[in-house]
Amino acid sequence: MNGVHDMGGMHGLGPIVREQNEPVWHAPWEARVFALSAAIGAWRRWPGDASRQQIEQMPAADYLRVSYYEKWLHGLTENAIRHGLVTREEAATGRPDPLAPKATPPLPAAQVAEVMDRGGPKTREVARQPRFRIGDAILTRNIHPLTHTRLPRFARGRPGVITALHGAHVFPDTNAQFQGENAQPLYTVRFQARALWGEAANPRDTVCLDLWEDYLDPA
Amino acid sequence: MPSHGPDGHDHDHAHSTVPDDTALRVKALESLLVEKGLVDPAALDAIVDYYEHKVGPRNGARVVARAWADPAYKARLLADATAAIAELGYAGRQGEHMVAVENTPAVHNMVVCTLCSCYPWPVLGLPPAWYKSAGYRSRSVIDPRGVLREFGLDVSDDTEVRVWDSTAEVRYLVLPERPAGTEAMTEEQLTALVTRDSMIGVARVSAP
Repeated sequence: MNGVHDMGGMHGLGPIVREQNEPVWHAPWEARVFALSAAIGAWRRWPGDASRQQIEQMPAADYLRVSYYEKWLHGLTENAIRHGLVTREEAATGRPDPLAPKATPPLPAAQVAEVMDRGGPKTREVARQPRFRIGDAILTRNIHPLTHTRLPRFARGRPGVITALHGAHVFPDTNAQFQGENAQPLYTVRFQARALWGEAANPRDTVCLDLWEDYLDPA
Repeated sequence: MPSHGPDGHDHDHAHSTVPDDTALRVKALESLLVEKGLVDPAALDAIVDYYEHKVGPRNGARVVARAWADPAYKARLLADATAAIAELGYAGRQGEHMVAVENTPAVHNMVVCTLCSCYPWPVLGLPPAWYKSAGYRSRSVIDPRGVLREFGLDVSDDTEVRVWDSTAEVRYLVLPERPAGTEAMTEEQLTALVTRDSMIGVARVSAP
């Protein structure tokens, strides 16, 4: 969706403020939100792409106002409700429905390090053969889906060159909608800065994006 | 909800005025999820401990120092970063598909995630607040040289600035240039020179 989260190239979004000796978390609740998100993820009720989409669909003014981990809290709460782990009433009161059965956590403490170390690769074996090769000139599609996409606005309808092929990766645009993984070739595409931003850009500078095949047409 | 400061930016760091309300909401959610048996409270502690102690920029610094000290390792890192990083024992979430990009006199690489705040956790830890800020995310692709100047880095007009916007699940580690005058240093000494910011591409590594 053309949300405010897709902010590459926007002006006026504030300074870049650096902090010396920054801690990993700025308040204990941030660590808890992070940990809750990871632990609830073990239920596999929704993919990370759906978490991203939930955050992207926050009202734009809220998205810009709240902090990073407040966005995570919002995404976690809304997805937990939507996918049946808690009811909206439980989330509002903080008290479980007394009639609800007690579950067994799928991620016990003893397995945390192993699960974090393993991660979740997004590559898949697929029959679909890559349409493009390294060095091919492409044109990105001019699409404006209302749902999750990884093709930023600033790179739509722009010419670029394929510089790498990463195998077939799960396609977030369908995966976030529970419409299947639709794994397909993922490429690195290099754009001249001038193709994105015009003549004011340095003629040497480039921007590289990792883009799925369904975003690309031959130039 | 935190409020805007007079400078209008999102107070996502130490002096943030997060009201107790958010902390209370998180506490209520955690106790609900624990009571329902959906999460193991000891697992939450283990996750926090993992991201406070097991991952962080020291991991990435060891990768960079090894690449500087061992040309064969550097070749493997540039060919298949995920495997080369795993040789040193680093792997996992947000590092499943790693690519290392080398800074040279001809090309200066820097990394951003304009759509969210994607970052290579196993080698750099969790991202700093500035990396997640709207200012960095919005400007890095359109005005990378201006952003770099704010970080104290002037890149010559003859050098290509190559910005990596990590829009997919590939995560990028910048291999900074080895500073002159470090030829006699051990790998351990080199590790101590490498900063987090140099591996994001917003700083150079300096000799001591």
